[in-house]
Amino acid sequence: MGMTEAQQETIINAINTHFNHAVIKHEVLYDMFTVTLRKDAVIPAIQWLYDNEEMKFRFLTTMCALHYPDQKDELGMMYQLHSLENNLRIRIKTFFPKDLPVMPTLTGLYSAANWMERQEYDFFGVEFKGHPNLKRILNVDDMVMHPMRKEFPLEDQTRKDKNDTMFGR
Amino acid sequence: MTQISTNIVDHLAEQKEYTTLNLGPTHPATHGIFQNILKMDGEIIVDAESTVGYIHRAFEKLAERRPYYQITPITDRLNYCSSPINNMGWHMTVEKLIGAKIPKKVDYMRVIVMELARIADHIVCNAVIGVDTGALTGFVYLFQQREFIYEIYEEICGARLTTNIGRIGGFDKDFSPKTWDKIKKFLKEFPLALAEFQSLLERNRIFMDRVIGCGPISAERALNYGFTGPNLRAAGVDYDVRVMTPYSSYEDFDFIIPVGTHGDTYDRFMVRHEEMRQSLRIIQQAMDKMPEGPCHADVPDFYLPEKQDVYNKMEALIYHFKIVMGETDVPVGEVYHSVEGANGELGYYLISDGGRTPFRLHFRRPCFIYYQAYPEMIKGSMLSDAILTMSSMNVIAGELDA
Repeated sequence: MGMTEAQQETIINAINTHFNHAVIKHEVLYDMFTVTLRKDAVIPAIQWLYDNEEMKFRFLTTMCALHYPDQKDELGMMYQLHSLENNLRIRIKTFFPKDLPVMPTLTGLYSAANWMERQEYDFFGVEFKGHPNLKRILNVDDMVMHPMRKEFPLEDQTRKDKNDTMFGR
Repeated sequence: MTQISTNIVDHLAEQKEYTTLNLGPTHPATHGIFQNILKMDGEIIVDAESTVGYIHRAFEKLAERRPYYQITPITDRLNYCSSPINNMGWHMTVEKLIGAKIPKKVDYMRVIVMELARIADHIVCNAVIGVDTGALTGFVYLFQQREFIYEIYEEICGARLTTNIGRIGGFDKDFSPKTWDKIKKFLKEFPLALAEFQSLLERNRIFMDRVIGCGPISAERALNYGFTGPNLRAAGVDYDVRVMTPYSSYEDFDFIIPVGTHGDTYDRFMVRHEEMRQSLRIIQQAMDKMPEGPCHADVPDFYLPEKQDVYNKMEALIYHFKIVMGETDVPVGEVYHSVEGANGELGYYLISDGGRTPFRLHFRRPCFIYYQAYPEMIKGSMLSDAILTMSSMNVIAGELDA
């Protein structure tokens, strides 16, 4: 599962050459090679990883949105790809501002991305441009917020009958 | 065999008047609460649209407010047919984050529990395929065996369905002699029941005619749709997390990964059937090779101390208090860990900011990902085949909606 340093180097160099120095950060988190990219380069980079004859990242394991309220670019997306042939995994992250939560869709490449993107739209309000059927999936259709964002606390903060000062968060 | 090419349906489309049929949300044949709006041309499905989310319980949000040990009961309720696998997957994720060294014995005990859970899950799926084709007998035989598995869980942790089995770091206690007796009894009796079930369905002409060619999917489409587990293997791709990324000492065991060829209902049935046999082999090997040692790792920050020590030793009391109140510090980091759940790759993506709860926890739920292929798989087939396709995919509502 762990990628060799040569392979990591190849990926970083390729993305930097093809997509105008798009790699912002790269690190190995536990056993997973993680690359943070500029938003515009994410989908082309995933396409490149898909097409590359040596790597063959042809399986989309999962994706999820992230919300860091203290960051300048608050919202983010995380994609995890798997090359079943070589048993390599890679995580690709990107961040974008909260008032422009737009990402290009990945449904053209992986059919699996359809519901995954709908889920992240539902919970984080990330709009996937080009998605064939972008509507809420798990929450009710007339919900007005995107509940997984950090500004929505789990419990109603106006409640007076509960004292959470000691152990709440 | 009742597969009708979509071309014919398209050709006739202009002259036809279609019926809209609601399959679900609560329909006995869907085995859970999810709706499918089918566009029917007589008995043939022209188009389908799935609606999910009826039992959505906001697990990812809930997890952001709970200390790590309190998230285990949430994972129970993902795939509730094989809760122990979910529990173990979560424990292992946290252990990976904190860098705990897990003794071999715990690994082997976990393998036994996980393989029992896999058998229980596959029993539900395969027996229900029988029921949906009209063969209730096999269901009754196998569900008795499933009951024995639940008795083993009960002996280990006291619960049956939503087990909350084990702890972060290992098990709360060693398996009792009675547990071992029950596992041994199960290993002796289950193959007989399975053989009986096999003789009822596997080469049964009526059953074969009914399920061969029903709801097929090609290997490429399955991979593109993110299939994992028995459904992917039935399509002919030998991807199994237990082999590709061994966890919990799976590399110590000798077992075969069965694969199908057509990815139809019969292949899915057969793959699950063979996996039950392989699981039995793994359990037998784990029991034969069971090492000596403690039943938990040395992680006092996460593993509750002995009750006796809590009363008599100050450190134990402090640890006990910190764990129960969820005041343990965890390292900052992000980790992905996946286990081979009964339905496929069950992944946990955990971001920790060092606080008492996860900053973000995302579940990769195999059901949710492969169920989106369902409309494509049933288009052009008969209504009764759609029911069979669904039960053979083993769609579990809890895992679907999280």
